[in-house]
Amino acid sequence: MNFPAYTNLWGKLAKYLHVIYSLLILVFLIIPIIVIIPLSFNSEPYFTYPMPGLSLKWYEAFFTSPVWISSLKNTLLVGVISTLIATVLGIMASLGLMHPRLQRLAWLKGVLMSPMIVPLIITAVGVYFAFSPIGLSNSLLGLILAHSALGVPFVIVTVTATLAGFNETLTRAGRILGASPLQCFFQVKLPLIAPGVISGALFAFATSFDEIVVAIFLTSADQRTVPRQMWSGIREQLSPTILAVATILIVMSTIMLITLELLRRRTERIRSGSL
Amino acid sequence: MTNSTYTETLTSAEAKVLKRNLRKSERFGLYKALLLILPLFVFLMFTFILPIGSLLFKSVTDDVIPTEWPALTQSLAAWDPAKKQLPDSQTYSNLVVDLQKSIEDDGNSRVATRLNFQQSGMRSLIMKTMRHLDGMDLKDAKQSLIDADERWGQIGTWTIIKFSSQRLTFDYFLNAFDYTRDEFGNVVHNAPADSLYQDVFIRTIVVSLTVAVLCVLIAYPVASFLAALPSKFSNPLMILVLLPFWTSFLVRTTSWIVMLQTNGPINQFLLELGLILKPLELIYNRFSVLVSMTHILLPYSILSLYSVMKGISPVYVKAARSLGAGPIKAFFNAYFPQTLPGVVAAGILSFILAIGYYITPALVGGADDQLASYYIANHVNTTLNWGLASALSVLLLGGVMVLYIVFVRMTGGKGMKLG
Repeated sequence: MNFPAYTNLWGKLAKYLHVIYSLLILVFLIIPIIVIIPLSFNSEPYFTYPMPGLSLKWYEAFFTSPVWISSLKNTLLVGVISTLIATVLGIMASLGLMHPRLQRLAWLKGVLMSPMIVPLIITAVGVYFAFSPIGLSNSLLGLILAHSALGVPFVIVTVTATLAGFNETLTRAGRILGASPLQCFFQVKLPLIAPGVISGALFAFATSFDEIVVAIFLTSADQRTVPRQMWSGIREQLSPTILAVATILIVMSTIMLITLELLRRRTERIRSGSL
Repeated sequence: MTNSTYTETLTSAEAKVLKRNLRKSERFGLYKALLLILPLFVFLMFTFILPIGSLLFKSVTDDVIPTEWPALTQSLAAWDPAKKQLPDSQTYSNLVVDLQKSIEDDGNSRVATRLNFQQSGMRSLIMKTMRHLDGMDLKDAKQSLIDADERWGQIGTWTIIKFSSQRLTFDYFLNAFDYTRDEFGNVVHNAPADSLYQDVFIRTIVVSLTVAVLCVLIAYPVASFLAALPSKFSNPLMILVLLPFWTSFLVRTTSWIVMLQTNGPINQFLLELGLILKPLELIYNRFSVLVSMTHILLPYSILSLYSVMKGISPVYVKAARSLGAGPIKAFFNAYFPQTLPGVVAAGILSFILAIGYYITPALVGGADDQLASYYIANHVNTTLNWGLASALSVLLLGGVMVLYIVFVRMTGGKGMKLG
């Protein structure tokens, strides 16, 4: 570390304290996540160290339990379909929002972004009241629709951000060269804004994959999702199987994080390149 | 290539056509943009905006009693409890008529549930009265009802029915602020023992504010540390912030339950170090709620502070120092004011997120640590008092909306960046 010539002993001490403090907080952020990973391999159902032995039985319990497997299927199904809906609707709306006259309409963007701001409990209760009379509660369809709405703002944020850096002359070039508007979109625009689209879709998927409050209100035993199942598991009795599920979820979020980081680098490369 | 060279060479007729075409294509572009937004707008209308609207609607309307007991509703509308006199005998016989009519489809039971929200004991009164209906003479309905249960001779009973039978009502909001109506229909504050929601809202604000302040205070030095590092070092350290940010908050809550348990790693660690003699009560109290919520929201604060601090050039502080300011003065006069937008963004964002929390306090908190969301969920699922749940939701939503507008005004909407 470089210290300016005028820094005295106290200044150096403060600087070191700042570094130590920051590193401690970073450790504090990561520790709770790290601590439960080894415990999920514990051979005994206790949550203390040192562990008497290692075992994969809690993972076995997860993968052989019909309840957990069906909730995993439900989660993936809801996640994938709601991500698709949110992404398609979100891309279309983002393209529209780039129009200069609509960009000035703050309320329009506000309405489209509102699912991100409204507390989940309010969304959940509202959706429950509105969907129950029309048979959409206790159904995966209802959950898919609600999760799509929750995912849309993330797609809009990331896609409009990428579109802002998109060079419109490329579309015009495509049109002049004889491509139809649709061809232009799919062959010129979409490949270039793909990083934004994919990170928006990842955010939307993560939102649905994580979401529990709406799931509590909209699902019954037949449509349990993984977070919903974890919630009831934790409330009854915290079993090591839940730690195994948590570890699997941590691995999944790590994969999503890495994907996003790679995408971000790619976008930066493209931005700093010739475009 | 200026416009004037063009207009000079164009005849005015050509210019008109060109202008018209330009306007036409601009209008076409606008329609196209609107058409692209339309599907999402309609979708959100159905899946989000109308459901939230239904909450607003439910918080001020109530049609159980007007639907099930129409005759009584009508005669009670004309009755004024403030005159301190029982309703006329017509009202009594209307009650008997309505009671008899609504036996078939269980309507009386729905009314009884509705009335019981207002005062416990009303359900049993209705059920008891139904058993006395046989052979009741409409002409002296008043005396027969009072004979069946003396509460029919009390003004308070009728006041409750009158105010529960309004189609448009603000009584749920009164309840949400711990107000109620006395025997004669005057708005009065609940007895301290029955008061709950003022405390709940104060608690929600206190907990969220504490969490937001903790987040900003803890995050500030970390973010400034990360922002000052060259990206070679800061990128790997950023993973320690981003991984928790991306990890399911249910997973993070679960780990806090494990960590803070009486037999959990923290207690075990402290016992082995000999710092404590018996395990500490770390979970199911305010401490565990604050620790886990701060941990969950800390990455948001670090990221929003970091994005502001990254844009601040270090030359200002260096200039201040070389001009003779001490380190503390340099910090407060040259660095801190530039980071204020980040501080405000991080604080309000944490506060908005914390104020709607339900799952984490429900799992790691005790009975006295539950926030407004918990009571909303409870009224929807357990007590089935949907009107009160809606009124509480509307209040919470109103608070968040106001905060969000402040947030957008102060940050110019830039705080919503992702990734």
